[in-house]
Amino acid sequence: MQQQGAQVSMPNDREVEVTRTFRAPRTLVYEAYTKPELVQQWLLGPPGWTMPVCEMDVRVGGRFRWRWRSEEDGKEFGFEGEYLDVQPATLLRNTESFDSGDIGGSMGEKPAMVTVRFHERNGTTTLTTLIEYASKQDRDAAVSTGMTDGMESSYKLLDDVLAERPVQRKPI
Amino acid sequence: MKLNEQLDATFFALSDPTRRAILGRLAEGEASVSELAAPFRMSQPAISKHLKVLERAGLVSVGQDGQRRPRRLETEPLAAATEWIEHYREVWETNFQRLDELLEELQTRDHAREDG
Repeated sequence: MQQQGAQVSMPNDREVEVTRTFRAPRTLVYEAYTKPELVQQWLLGPPGWTMPVCEMDVRVGGRFRWRWRSEEDGKEFGFEGEYLDVQPATLLRNTESFDSGDIGGSMGEKPAMVTVRFHERNGTTTLTTLIEYASKQDRDAAVSTGMTDGMESSYKLLDDVLAERPVQRKPI
Repeated sequence: MKLNEQLDATFFALSDPTRRAILGRLAEGEASVSELAAPFRMSQPAISKHLKVLERAGLVSVGQDGQRRPRRLETEPLAAATEWIEHYREVWETNFQRLDELLEELQTRDHAREDG
């Protein structure tokens, strides 16, 4: 079966949804998504970043803490939150707050709400991640993250948004 | 216009089927307001209203050709909107490709266990 790349859509002003299919059963995808020692192997973002902190207490009321470090300059940032709903191999729902660490930037004061769904069909798992931000501004800041580098941009528009609101790379 | 405002204007302009159809028509070449109105069973003022939205978003420009004022498609805002999402998508895809590899390793591990 031909594998499709990640698809991004914006169901409304405050949400962004990312869908991706994996050639593996959902129990395995869930395992790779919830075991810290496995998450650390893939949730790294762009080249040059490592994930020194990956703590995940995957149960309702449990918390997670993710932190990345730039190998180049040692700068760090992270995400953390609380699990609100945990249905193994089916659904995860958690809050997510951005900790700008040394890199600055903001994705709003209020945490985002993240819902991850695992759906298996014929041995293939579709992973759907819906992120609901507190405001449209927060969502746009999160989606714009990372546009500061790695992209030779000729857009003057981009300079404008960076001047208005410094944003940084979000590696997921 | 700031990027956020530009993107808002672009996405708002694209949220209406008539406006998307107008852009589709202009992709084939410039056209006057009456030419644009013809296939839509809409009054020219109604079409003009849609055109205003498209012009504000920078998706349509107005030319000058003697008495005619043909409308033209401007693609730059579309490229900006596409790139904005595409960059975000690529960050996810980079992670997911690593996850592909990890899942393959895990499946090999599981099969080895079953065989052993």
